[in-house]
Amino acid sequence: MNRLAVELPGLSLKNPIMPASGCFGFGREYAKFYDLSVLGAIMIKATTLDARFGNPTPRVAETPSGMLNAIGLQNPGVDVVLAEELPWLAQYDVPIIANVAGSTVEEYVEVARRISKAPNVHALELNISCPNVKKGGIAFGTVPEVAAELTRAVKEVSDVPVYVKLSPNVTNIVAMAKAVEQAGADGLTMINTLLGMRIDVKTAKPILANRTGGLSGPAIKPIAIRMIYEVSQAVSLPIIGMGGIESAEDVIEFFYAGASAVAIGTANFIDPYVCPNIIRDLPNVLDELRIDHISQCTGRGWNNGQTVYCST
Amino acid sequence: MKENMTIISNRQIAKGIYELTLAGSLVQRMRTPGQFVHMKVANSGPLLRRPLSLCDMNLEANECTIIYRAEGAGTTLLSQKLPGDTVDVLGPLGNGFPISALSSGQRALLVGGGIGVPPLYELAKQLVKKGVFVTIVLGFQTKDVAFYEERFASFGETYVATVDGSYGMKGFVTDVIHHYRLSFDVLYACGPKPMLRALANEFPHQDVYLSLEERMGCGVGACFACVCRVPHSETAYKKVCSDGPVFRAGEVVL
Repeated sequence: MNRLAVELPGLSLKNPIMPASGCFGFGREYAKFYDLSVLGAIMIKATTLDARFGNPTPRVAETPSGMLNAIGLQNPGVDVVLAEELPWLAQYDVPIIANVAGSTVEEYVEVARRISKAPNVHALELNISCPNVKKGGIAFGTVPEVAAELTRAVKEVSDVPVYVKLSPNVTNIVAMAKAVEQAGADGLTMINTLLGMRIDVKTAKPILANRTGGLSGPAIKPIAIRMIYEVSQAVSLPIIGMGGIESAEDVIEFFYAGASAVAIGTANFIDPYVCPNIIRDLPNVLDELRIDHISQCTGRGWNNGQTVYCST
Repeated sequence: MKENMTIISNRQIAKGIYELTLAGSLVQRMRTPGQFVHMKVANSGPLLRRPLSLCDMNLEANECTIIYRAEGAGTTLLSQKLPGDTVDVLGPLGNGFPISALSSGQRALLVGGGIGVPPLYELAKQLVKKGVFVTIVLGFQTKDVAFYEERFASFGETYVATVDGSYGMKGFVTDVIHHYRLSFDVLYACGPKPMLRALANEFPHQDVYLSLEERMGCGVGACFACVCRVPHSETAYKKVCSDGPVFRAGEVVL
């Protein structure tokens, strides 16, 4: 029995560990460190219709237990991703979750329609929550009706299940989750980065050229846990959890909160081997906890640990 | 590509400037001057790695030397490390200075500014070994932060400039180059961007290689934090960490 295998809409995963979008490029860099086939899946970098250069530099700043980034969805555009990146990734035995971004509903729809036809793309992640792009992005991710409309439009054209990536930069994340569930989303990924800012003490200038950026890393883990805990009990969609995961124990905590799989983001920058290391460590942690299968962890934290829930 | 390297020595060589010597098998991968390592300074504290350029690679002794300025939280923590301590090192990363651009008997001009000086040391060493004549110009803000002049002098004629005139010629590295009418077949430089821009503008028709610095996330090319623009394009880019940090002048927008 593979104790780490997880079934999600569109995704038969050999393990629930995947690098998060924006933190792994299109895999080429980390393929120099290890065989990408060990991963459960790969969430590739956000893809837009046309190539984007992104924001001016500096684009990253360190914070206590975290980092701010304002990359600005730099990517080569959907045609290049389809022609070069996805065929290159096909040499690995790993399903791809394509992160779809845009400035208008039409742009999202067009990217989703094209990229969902790629043979190794098994699911889409609808990026309605990137805080670093001026048009679109955050607006789609903060108004439930707008998020629902976008989800519906993308679902109509997508050949594969659609996961919606929720923003934590809202007052009521449960309302957002319910809205996209009703609009037909197949799953949720959460959370995206939190909008933040740093100012240089010597110069009084914002450190990021974009002024503000998205906060990620261990600093946001408690927020992610809380939001997944709330949302997973309010909707019946599976959740891919993310936000500051660094270890196998962190993965278990996300499952306890209600996640059915997880994505690793910032930790890849600190240790390129973090994903395979977590995959290696997980069975030992399950042994210590006397849990047979990783999916038995989902929702275990809902009732003070008294009841074991099984994943959907 | 990642190893806990052992600190052999970690000593102050100028005001706020430290020379760190590390031992480990990773040294055997270090070949090209201008490459850098990505260092995790401590398990708690700063989250991200620090990109630090390689100053000297001693393959026989399995040791490498890094010179850094203790400025922020990470490098200040690093300056407190003692011989015998270990640090988590990822690397060597990036593409360094092309020494193949010159052959024996030709002339190289090496120009360093401040904490951009260290990678030129290994470069000078390798060029001299190849039979290239090396001239070195080092620029610093002030005398207190100047370092390695004597060590560079063993490779070739070495000039120093300080912005405040407290040591060497008063002014910038370009003032030294003009005053002494220094000529070269290839110019290699590392330092602050205004210095690199000035050098690129001064010598538009010559072979000039520049090492850039930019805030990095991953250091391996995945996060797109350290991109720079390519001339005459709205979308083309180069990543400082994996396409650089050394670029031919004109290859990227400075």
